[in-house]
Amino acid sequence: MTDDSAQPMSRRDLLTLIGATAGGSVLYQAMTALGHAAESGYAGPIALDGDAKGASVLILGAGVAGMVAALELRKAGYKVEILEYGTRAGGRCWTLRGGDSYTELGGFTQRCDFDPGLYLNPGPWRIPFHHRALLDYCRRLGIALQPFVQVNYNAYLHSSRAFGGQPQRFRHVQADFNGGVAELLAKAARQGRLDDAVTTEDKEMLIEALRAWGALDGDLAYRESIATSGRRGYDKPPGGGLGAETVTSKPLALDDILHSRLWQGLAAGNIVEFQTTMFQPVGGMDMIAKGFQREVGDLIRFGAKVTAIHQDAQRVTVTYEDAGAGGATRQATADWCLCTIPLSILSQIEMSVGAPMRAAIDAVPYAPAVKIGLQFKRRFWEEDEAIYGGITTTDLPIRNIGYPCCDYGSTGKGVLLGAYTIFNAFAYELAALKPDERVRKAVEWGAQIHPQYAKEFENGIAVAWHRNPASLGCAGDWSEDDRKAHYKNLCAIDGRIALAGEHASYLPAWQEGAILSSLDAIGRLHRRVVAG
Amino acid sequence: MRILSLAVLALGIAASPTRDDDAAFNNAARFMQEDGAALYGAICQGCHMPGGGGAVGAGAYPSLAGDPRLAVAGYPIALVLRGQKAMPGFGRMLTDEQIAAVLDYVRTHFGNDYPDKIDPAAVKAARQ
Repeated sequence: MTDDSAQPMSRRDLLTLIGATAGGSVLYQAMTALGHAAESGYAGPIALDGDAKGASVLILGAGVAGMVAALELRKAGYKVEILEYGTRAGGRCWTLRGGDSYTELGGFTQRCDFDPGLYLNPGPWRIPFHHRALLDYCRRLGIALQPFVQVNYNAYLHSSRAFGGQPQRFRHVQADFNGGVAELLAKAARQGRLDDAVTTEDKEMLIEALRAWGALDGDLAYRESIATSGRRGYDKPPGGGLGAETVTSKPLALDDILHSRLWQGLAAGNIVEFQTTMFQPVGGMDMIAKGFQREVGDLIRFGAKVTAIHQDAQRVTVTYEDAGAGGATRQATADWCLCTIPLSILSQIEMSVGAPMRAAIDAVPYAPAVKIGLQFKRRFWEEDEAIYGGITTTDLPIRNIGYPCCDYGSTGKGVLLGAYTIFNAFAYELAALKPDERVRKAVEWGAQIHPQYAKEFENGIAVAWHRNPASLGCAGDWSEDDRKAHYKNLCAIDGRIALAGEHASYLPAWQEGAILSSLDAIGRLHRRVVAG
Repeated sequence: MRILSLAVLALGIAASPTRDDDAAFNNAARFMQEDGAALYGAICQGCHMPGGGGAVGAGAYPSLAGDPRLAVAGYPIALVLRGQKAMPGFGRMLTDEQIAAVLDYVRTHFGNDYPDKIDPAAVKAARQ
């Protein structure tokens, strides 16, 4: 790897790092320096009171945004139809299992050979506890959830350029970083070097707080002891019977941690979007898609590729190619249209909307992201390394290894998320490879962290979102300037057309953003109908 | 990487194709390939495909084959620097020289015949 550690990190590099180790919206928040990451603002089930007057709504896209709208609008008395490009409901809410076949752009087809019960969520894979709208729909649709482990103290932080390339346990790096920082600060305070910043009274409190937080001893030192091993773990943990005594472990030196840059992986779980408790649907993220489909599946017309969206004073007319009829051109009309088509697609579709909405649709680039699922003969991460769920982060192009947060202790095979790379050069480079090469490289890189890969790997499947035929990218990658210029125009109803989706939210790439934008759009649309 | 290249040159060995193999997957923040074909293979072909023919799904990635819009270099330079619609800009992940190299490659392949080399200075100017 190129050693660029001597150069100061640019703001862009820092953002790339944040994006690489966390998620899209984290990057966005860092860019906008919001920092306060408000809860989602969901106020409970939407109440579309008032007479819908038999109005019809044509919904474009059967992803989460589109199906939420269909469910609520039909309930409110609207005539609803959904046009969906693909053959599957859910959009980016998607799960790949054994027997599935996936053809990406360019015609590259992969067959998923996972064993029964094993899966990869190529899109969203975790749900924050404060994504109240999505959690409420899960409750209403009877979708079982289980905890998603974000932070696993026994997973690894890994840098190919530090500690001889040996992965370090998260708990070692965290305990030793906290302890080292606490020692520095506590000693500086004791020596009076923080007197300009803290009162005498606060200084004593600060020192005591640092001692407790960092596991410092009476000399304010963080050093090998029962107390520090109680944080980072023992070389020989307490046992029972004869020979049960402990052997303490030696902390990593603070300067080694600093130089290693492994501290970059420490804070992800402190970000509100990744704080405990997170959830995942039991059996795969597409349980959410299937839950919605049970409600509104009868409204979906699959294989409908939208080519034009026109409106006049009376109605909206959508032209589409019907894949079920050899691509024959058809039209659908309605009084209103809720369009959830990703902007990557919509920006190519002829559409009679005003210049402000058109400019907004054209303003948003779509981010690169790659996820790779790898099946292994056994769950060695559990059996050999006591890693149950959670995420290992690395500077290697795979960036993340996600351990399954279910079926712990199963003696059968297991599937790891063998790569999750987003927002960086690696994501582009992986997308440019053939799928089988992506898998092969993910196995090569992952073996640097888990040598068991070499012997235990069986098969894999790789999803590069820029090659996804239905989305042409992972998610809308808004810049702060573009948001200022275009966001309101994207969300404003233009005549009889409203847009929804994660791209029309401040929660980019999250399903919660798709749902909230959809509820907001149909709420405003409904008020127009009722007032009309 | 650059030190390695110098070492190879110092030994009197011509820069080999492996140089850009080493450059692949080298840096999360920017691309390190210097050769136009290697850059195309690392970035552009993810969407525009190995043969430059583009692809069609719900939307399309334009074909770069026989594209008359490549005749005037200013257009593709601006496109690569800043992106267009959903296409991301690569100005921050590529140097002026890299952008010139990848465009020289595209403008002389896939049925395009615009052999005039792009001066990296023109890319630099377009950044303003």
